Amino acid sequence: MTESVALELTGLKLPVERGCPFAPPSAYERLREQAPINKIHLTSGGEAWWVSGHEEGRAVLVDPRFSSDKRKDGFPLFMLDAATLRQIRSQPPLMLGMDGAEHSAARRPVIGEFTVKRLAALRPRIQDIVDHFIDDMLAADRRPVDLVQALSLPVPSLVICELLGVPYTDHDFFQSRSTMMLRRTSSEDRLRAFAELRAYIDDLVTRKESDPGDDLLSRQIARQRRQGTLDHAGMVGLAFLLLTAGHETTANMISLGVLGLLSHPEQLAVVKADPGRTPMAVEELLRYFTIADGVTTRLATEDVKIGGVSIKAGEGVIVSTLSANWDPAAFKDPAELDVERGARHHIAFGFGPHQCLGQNLARMELQIVFDTLFRRVPTLRLAAPAGDLPFKTDSVVYGVHELPVTW
Amino acid sequence: MMRIKADSDLCVGSGQCVLTEPAVFAQDDDGIVALLTDHPDDQSARQAHHAVTLCPSRALSILQE
Ligand code: HEM
Ligand code: SF4
Repeated sequence: MTESVALELTGLKLPVERGCPFAPPSAYERLREQAPINKIHLTSGGEAWWVSGHEEGRAVLVDPRFSSDKRKDGFPLFMLDAATLRQIRSQPPLMLGMDGAEHSAARRPVIGEFTVKRLAALRPRIQDIVDHFIDDMLAADRRPVDLVQALSLPVPSLVICELLGVPYTDHDFFQSRSTMMLRRTSSEDRLRAFAELRAYIDDLVTRKESDPGDDLLSRQIARQRRQGTLDHAGMVGLAFLLLTAGHETTANMISLGVLGLLSHPEQLAVVKADPGRTPMAVEELLRYFTIADGVTTRLATEDVKIGGVSIKAGEGVIVSTLSANWDPAAFKDPAELDVERGARHHIAFGFGPHQCLGQNLARMELQIVFDTLFRRVPTLRLAAPAGDLPFKTDSVVYGVHELPVTW
Repeated sequence: MMRIKADSDLCVGSGQCVLTEPAVFAQDDDGIVALLTDHPDDQSARQAHHAVTLCPSRALSILQE
């Protein structure tokens, strides 16, 4: 491999400084053209393998010899800085950072909550929630409206609120704190919101323990009691994981999805003409933006040969899901947003045993939002040039801080 | 004729198979894959094949075509 390209990638402000807001950093393409797997230098020091290829990425993520366990020494510092890693290590582990039997024991009890059938039963309620926020948006006496605050953030927040069984009277508190955690406010404000929400969830779990309702947390508590092991801290961790993993991600995809469609009117026309195409459009938007690039970081626990490359035990591996989703070997003309291409094999939700637990909830929220928004507000348009928008080039999950729209 | 096998120990409940071919794949109440048939008919064969390639945990396999 050529040293210069790798160094150039290191020179980028990782994680996600995308050159053009719609395309991966240009260094990604050069790296992929060189080889599907390259060694790179990390800004945090040290080296890791950078996996660009779609096939190779899936091979790594499905292979049990690559660990997700951030408690292990030598876990690559890529999306995480040293302070965050210390914080993760000081808390009880979450399924996201477990392997094998331990991971399976944490994930299996929860997957029944996210089956395709269970989620289909939530559809009418999610439709109501989306309609409610669009009503409010249409009633606003001033335009433009910031779609991020009006729709993208509140919809997934309320959905998770109800899923977890947050009582109606606490919705405002829950939503304002979870949104503040993600706002561009000062870091003290964010930390305070984080602490308040954490304390709230702890208290919520305690209340569910004595006064169960018809919700995910109460069912998980009952399940643990049946097995004789009530794990309060683990339950708080699960609730917080579902909140943090499902809120900002879905919100960013709502904003970017709307932006992507408004910026490609011919593609939007395809969707508007037949709502039956929305699910396919959602897959393509997930592929195109791949907002959670590089969170799929792993540590090799044994020597493994992948795509002809020998990876040694103890070496770090970063699967770039964004690069994989723009691999022309898997997606012809990847730079084209083509809602009809059939993009289901993208790995925007990851691959392997950790593949996103909430993926089908996210899919449904996105489908309902896009369908409803463009049906009810057919003249929706951007109120600022796409290139001038404040993109989240500096955070783990890609998105846009504000999306002014009018109609 | 195509024959499908599902390994419920490997399944991680992603639901990808159900989304792809609900005539062949379902999930039980715990979210684990359940085959509605292990011999997809000609109409379902292509989508069942696609589901096998999408399964994130490689829990699905085709035994014979
Ligand atoms: C568009 C929205 C979303 C995207 C792009 C996304 C992306 C991802 C990715 C890439 C992973 C894999 C991480 C890894 O392999 O290390 C993941 C895992 C996870 N996601 Fe999502 N996610 C989204 C929405 C959601 C929602 C709505 C929820 C829940 C309500 C959720 C809950 C989780 C959980 C619990 C995991 C950990 C699963 C495990 O470790 O077994 N996500 N997500
Ligand atoms: S696609 Fe695979 S992991 Fe997902 S539910 Fe089906 S068998 Fe299980």
